[in-house]
Formats: sequence, structure tokens, C-alpha cells
Amino acid sequence: MTALTPQFVLSRINAVLPEARVELLDNPSPCGQHSLLVHREDALRVAEFLKNDPELLLDFASNVSGVDYPDHLEAVYHLFSIANKQGPIVLRTRTGDRDKDVTVPSLTPVWKSADFQEREAFDLFGIRFEGHPDLRRLLMWDEFVDHPMRKDYVAPDDYEYEPTPHGEILNKAAASHA
Amino acid sequence: MSFQPHTFSFNESDGAGASTLDVSLGPQHPSTHGVFRMNVRMDGETIVKLQPVFGYLHRNHEKLAESHSWLGTMPYTDRLDYICPITNNWAYAVAVEKLAGIEVPERAEYIRVIVGELTRLQNHTAFLGFILGDMGAWGSALMYAFREREKILDLFEWLTGARMMVNYMRFGGVRCDLPVGWLEKARAYVETYPAFLDEMEQLLTGNEILLARLQGVGVLSGERAINGGLSGPVLRASGIDYDIRKVDGYGVYPRLNFRIPRGTKGDCFDRFMLRILEARESIKILRQAFAQIPEGPTLNPAVKQRGFKPPVGEAYGRIEGPKGELGFHLISEGGEKPYRIHIRPPSLINLTLLEEMCLGTKLADVMVILGSIDIVLGEVDR
Amino acid sequence: MMNFPGSGILKGMVVTARNMIGSYFDRAHAKRLITEQYPEERPTLPEASRSFPFLVFDGQDPEAGMRCVACKICEKECPPQCIFIEQDRDANGKLLRRPKIFDIDISVCMGCQICVESCPFESIRMDNIYEMSSCDRFGSLVIHKGQLLKSNEYYRSINPTEAAETDARIEAARIKKAAAAKVAAEKVAAARAAAAAKAAAEQAAQPPSEPEQPAP
Repeated sequence: MTALTPQFVLSRINAVLPEARVELLDNPSPCGQHSLLVHREDALRVAEFLKNDPELLLDFASNVSGVDYPDHLEAVYHLFSIANKQGPIVLRTRTGDRDKDVTVPSLTPVWKSADFQEREAFDLFGIRFEGHPDLRRLLMWDEFVDHPMRKDYVAPDDYEYEPTPHGEILNKAAASHA
Repeated sequence: MSFQPHTFSFNESDGAGASTLDVSLGPQHPSTHGVFRMNVRMDGETIVKLQPVFGYLHRNHEKLAESHSWLGTMPYTDRLDYICPITNNWAYAVAVEKLAGIEVPERAEYIRVIVGELTRLQNHTAFLGFILGDMGAWGSALMYAFREREKILDLFEWLTGARMMVNYMRFGGVRCDLPVGWLEKARAYVETYPAFLDEMEQLLTGNEILLARLQGVGVLSGERAINGGLSGPVLRASGIDYDIRKVDGYGVYPRLNFRIPRGTKGDCFDRFMLRILEARESIKILRQAFAQIPEGPTLNPAVKQRGFKPPVGEAYGRIEGPKGELGFHLISEGGEKPYRIHIRPPSLINLTLLEEMCLGTKLADVMVILGSIDIVLGEVDR
Repeated sequence: MMNFPGSGILKGMVVTARNMIGSYFDRAHAKRLITEQYPEERPTLPEASRSFPFLVFDGQDPEAGMRCVACKICEKECPPQCIFIEQDRDANGKLLRRPKIFDIDISVCMGCQICVESCPFESIRMDNIYEMSSCDRFGSLVIHKGQLLKSNEYYRSINPTEAAETDARIEAARIKKAAAAKVAAEKVAAARAAAAAKAAAEQAAQPPSEPEQPAP
């Protein structure tokens, strides 16, 4: 059984789906978990291939994280193979920008485990997953407007009065109640 | 596609002449393991549709983590799965050690295994109590379980200073060494534990009411479990042989000899019995760890805890927590504060197939199925 | 073993009966009846047990013997930001190495002990008192420097092991500092002696002094 490294996975994808745009991104950390950045339009086909290919059998999508970068948003998938007891393989899809072009395909039809986690990435980051069966907010209430985990999110200012005399918090609270 | 029952409402006739009832189970409910809400649509007593509603305990640990140092997030990880704080600490420490390539001394690894397996014991003990409470046997089994669990929590208080919110793991080891006499007391306690399990089995496992309520309820096949991302005892009860302690072999688990119990039918009774069997295997692991633990340092001296700056990069570290695969996805920009921490909560992912498991069952079975998945809302909502 | 319908339930009831009847005879708390009649019986807490922080002072006078130098490291490291410190100034406005204000908001403090780990001056430690309820929602839950200062004897009484370790570390640091000061003082004395000897040698080797300038 060939060890399941990102390079091996990339070579399999290039062999079977040569037109798919997949790139290996280097991860400088000692853990060596390099990621495969797949273009949004090819993501669904690549995902199905990763799950069904007999040499890969990446049948378990363990984690889906949203990440906020200065000029785009990303969805990061950590895939494992329960059949072959190997992993993780890191798959990334990227949006075009942070406000208008925020759609990526949903991989829930391939791995059902992505269901709630993609909903959470939508809720907290604003990434729209196309093809998701039920894209609603997960953790915030339905009428909530902003996306809290983004770096430029401004928390509302209505602090309850706190006696802890941290100057900044005390001033903000005084201003809100003035 | 979302429906919003307020308290309950009868729907107009759905074509077949019968009307369905929308009920909101929760968020205040004694059997939902926390503030958890399920919108159910029932045809009589049978569930036709179920939608879980989350977010009542959302404290946004992930955003908080971005404004604290790496060490400052450690006490917050205690509060994720608040029944097993030590394994949460351990998962975070493992992830940071993967990110920065830190080695852990041997004695610290053995201590981690000992307190981690004790945490697994107390979690499965509490589970026995909780599931009986969910079924309506409120009190007896719960109090026997909690009486036993207190002894483990006393051991933790002696070791770390706090019964639950321990803040014990550090990057490259553990915070403090075992006090004099702790190992003997823990060893003596572990020898009394099988008697407790035998008593609970005598109380519970032959009970006809329990068997009728658990067997055949909430059946889940192995392939659906894998596709749904389930992990931990729920996955193993569906017949899949996957335990991260064996697969990843983190810590000193490769040196320890233990079996992985596996279910056959994937129903609630399998999940129930599997946890009892896992508790027995944990006792085996503990006995071996007590015998093998060496002397030595408990913290890697090369690692600065305060002002800790890992290298640039990202890592995903996971452990086999008592509820399933608990993972941390960390992204570091080389600074003192993390750029992004994402927590992969087993309880949330284990709920992905809740609707599938509950369709067609009765309302009372929903509580049993939810109880057998063993969720903690602190983890689901973070 | 008979296996009639209901035998499982009866077997379970034997366990319940054993526990119930045992609770009348096994009064030892480790066995069947573990209820402690609080507040008449209080639990004996282990040494390491921690609830909220306190400040240590040496000697008799809290203000004079306080070890805290208002370095503000604990304020910075505290995850929920529950510590507030203001450094003291003397009559001229110069900063002193002691805090004027040291407040901990115990409704925010989570007892995580990170302040204790980060203090370089061994001055903040964890207390184990838990009966700190108040009738006032805000004011009494912020504890001030006066309430926080407790003596080293108190620390030794609640946590002898850690207090002994801390005392040993402080003693070792004091000895090291004294030894370094002694070496430095000897160096200074030696340098002064050498300078004096050099000056005396130069005096002796000087040519006869120049004729004095006539006074104007």
C-alpha cells in the first residue's frame, strides 16, 4: 500500500483527471501536512474521485474549517481513509474575494459529514456553498446579519456595566449607557 | 425548508387525511444533555421530520482564541466538552506539538495516558447514568454513577488542583508531576472499579425494560456512519474497526496492549454495551501504564510556555476522546497569538445523522437515540 | 439460574436494595452513603486545591512585606482579563515598584492559575476558599489589594509543599544575589586598592614639582 502522501494523491488526480486544476501548497510546519488547492469548478469531481478511487478511498471527511484571509476566504477539508487507515489529506477550495464572489461548491453530496460544518462556515464566515441541501445559519440565530468570525467583524458596543475597572471597557460602557 | 414551531401547532391535513404535529423539543429539556433543541414533526407518535437547532451555548471559543496567547487558550479548551476536560487539553496540546514539532518526555506521555484513560472511565460512567436518566429512570443509576465518578474527580483534584477545569496539559508535557502517593491511590482505585462495573451490569444489562428500549432502536449501518463522519463509540458500534489510539498511535499507545470492542447491529444497545466494554479495556490500559511509567522530566525544557511562538504553518492534530475524534486545526502566522483555531467537535459531527436515525421511530426513542450518541453541548456549540 | 420474564429487573432490584440498606450500615463516606452534611461537615480539600488567587506578603506588615512589584505580567497573561493593576507613585511622581491598586474580579476569574505560573516574583498564589458569595451582584465580587494580601504563614498552612518550594527558591535567589553582591563589592574594593596603589606609585615616581607660579 503506497503511503498516502499529498504528492501521491496529486499524481493520482493528474493521472485520472488531468484537466482538474489542483495545486500542491507547501506547509512550512514540521508536521508536513501539505494541502491540495483545488479550483472551485473542479472541486466536486475531484472530491468524488478522492472518495471512490480504489487506491485512495478517502471516505471520511473529518473536519471542514473556514478561514478568513485578507483577500479571499477558504474552506479547508481534512480527509481520512478509514478503509486504509491513513490520512490526513488536506483539501482546500478558495473563493474569489470576500464580499461579492464568495461561492464554492458544497462537498456534502460526497461526504455527508460536511453538512453541519459547511453550514457553520457559512454562518461564521459568509462562504456560500452551492449545492448544499440546507444552507442556513447554524450557531447564530436566523435573523443575524453579520459574519462573526471574520477578522473585520466589529462586536456590538452595548456592554453591560462591569465593575472591573479596565479603562477601555469602562469608557465604552459609559458611552453606551450615556 | 426550515419550519418554526413556537410551542406546538397542528398542520393542515397533509393529503392523506391525517395532520401532523410540530413540536419543539427543548432547549430546556432534562434529557437533551444541555441546551439543545430539536424541531420535530410527528404523525401521531412517529417522527416524520427532525431538525436539530444549535447555538444556544455558543461562546465562540475560536474567536476568543485569536485574542489570547497560545497558552491562554488552554483553560478555554477545558470548557468545551466539560465532562472530559483533560482530553480536550490533550487534543490541543497534541495539535500544537504537531504544529511546532515538539517532543514530549516519556514520563509525561505516560501521565497523559493515565489521566486520559481515567477521564474516559469517568465519562463512560457518567454516560451510564445519563442514558438511564434520559429513559426516565431518573436518579438511581445516575447517582451510583456519580458516586463512582467523584472518586476519579478527587484524584484529579489532588493532582491538578481542580476537579474539572484542570488546565493540566502544556506544550511538551504536563503542568506538574504526580504528587507522592498519587499513583498508589490511583492504582488502588482502579482495582475497585471492575466491581462497580459488575454491579452496574447486574443492575442494567439484564433489565427487560432497558433491553426493550435499547435493542433495535436507532440502527445505523457502517457505511452511513463513515459517510456521516461519525467517530468514537458510535462508529465502532456500527461495526467499523477504527480507533485513533490504534490508527494514529499517538503518545505511548503503541506500547500498550488493548482491544477495540466492535458492535454488530449498530443500535442503541450496541452503543451502550460498547462503552461498558471500552471502560474495561481502559482498566487494562491503566494497569499497564501504572506498571510501565518511568521516572524523568514531565515537561520539555526547550519549550517556552509563556510567550510561546510556533513556526509559521498549519496543523491538524486529533485524539480519540471519550466521545469521538476530537481535533484541532491550527493556523499560525508565527506570532504569539494564533491566526485561526478551529475545533472539530465530535458531538456536533455525531449529530449529522440524527435525523436519519430517528425517522420512523417514536418520540420516546428519539431521547434514547440522542442519549446513546452521548453529546455535550459545550462541544457542539463551542 | 432461572430466567423467567422479569428476572432481569429483579436482579437489578437486588442491587438497589443492597445500596439502600447498605447506606444505613456503611456510614463511611467511601461506601454507600457519601452525603456530607454541609455546612456542619466540611470537605477536607487536597493541598493543591485552587479557587481564586491571593497575594503573598512576608513578615508582619502586609504593605511593607508585599512581594508584588507591579510588573503587570499577570494582568497581561490572564486569559479572561480579570486583573487590574495600577502602579504606585511617590510624592514626586516617580514610579515605585509596588501596586497602588490590585483588583481581581472573581466573577470573571476562572481559576486557571496562569497568573501564578507567569509571576516572576513568587507573589501571586492560589487560595482554596470557596465561600465567597455576596449579596451584591457587582461590588463585592471585585476583591481589592487589602483583601488579597495574605501572609506567607497562611500560604504555608494551606499548601505546605508549594510554600516550601517557593521559600526554597526565594532563599536560593537571595543567597545567589548576596554572593554576587559580595563578589562585586570585593571587585570594587580591589579596584579601589589598585587605583590607590597606582596613584601612590605615580606620586613616588614624579619628578620634583615645578616651581610655583608667582602669585599675581
